[in-house]
Amino acid sequence: MKISEIKELLDAEVLCLEDHLDTEVHSACGSDMMSDVLAYVKDQAVLLTGLVNSQVIRTAQMMDMVCVVFVRSKRPTPEMVEIARENSIVVLATGKRMYEACGTLYANGLSGALHE
Amino acid sequence: MSDHLNFHFTVDGDNFVSAGQASVQVKKNLRELGLSPDVIRKVSIAMYEGEINMVIHAHGGTADVNVYEDRIEIILDDEGPGIKDVELALQEGYSTASDSVRSLGFGAGMGLPNMKRYSDDMRIDTTVGVGTKITMTIRL
Repeated sequence: MKISEIKELLDAEVLCLEDHLDTEVHSACGSDMMSDVLAYVKDQAVLLTGLVNSQVIRTAQMMDMVCVVFVRSKRPTPEMVEIARENSIVVLATGKRMYEACGTLYANGLSGALHE
Repeated sequence: MSDHLNFHFTVDGDNFVSAGQASVQVKKNLRELGLSPDVIRKVSIAMYEGEINMVIHAHGGTADVNVYEDRIEIILDDEGPGIKDVELALQEGYSTASDSVRSLGFGAGMGLPNMKRYSDDMRIDTTVGVGTKITMTIRL
């Protein structure tokens, strides 16, 4: 799935890197606990979260993720968006809640974690 | 000439926003050295969790990353409260972090387990009231 499809499916706003929407992604995860993301995620390209602080972007950076989606109409600060931009991480924001956002992407073929 | 490269950092204990900056820098440095993405990810996640721990629990400390020919060693040293029960602290889900830390997305009791998970060897030297020194090794 391309990031542009995620944007369409979630009716999301692109907060940075509009020119990266053609990037292909194959899996995603959703969590508000960054430690869980760090523990269970392997090669997920997209993080959906309702948590808003700089550690969200840093976690995505550590995991080599390419897109962060903020759910429940949460808005990251301009500083967070800037760090994401510098690290080639597309930032999207959607009004959908976590369950619906994840379900929509999953139903459209974006898979979850690969179990080890 | 020294037999290894050293990257040294001071981790600011009062600033949650900047926590993780040393790990970001290490990730960049290791990338420049041309190490494999798998190794880089292991080192940066293990160190990142360690850095967050130092900020949450120990008012900061120092971090050293030593790059040898066959391994990378991460040494995290703090003068925090120490770990009372190491075995318990290593259990997934066990945490002494406050609700305020949890609301920041950490304190799920995954810090030390994650550090162990991503390193090939982890040694914890800790004394209650004195501090904690954690040495993690990732083989190349």
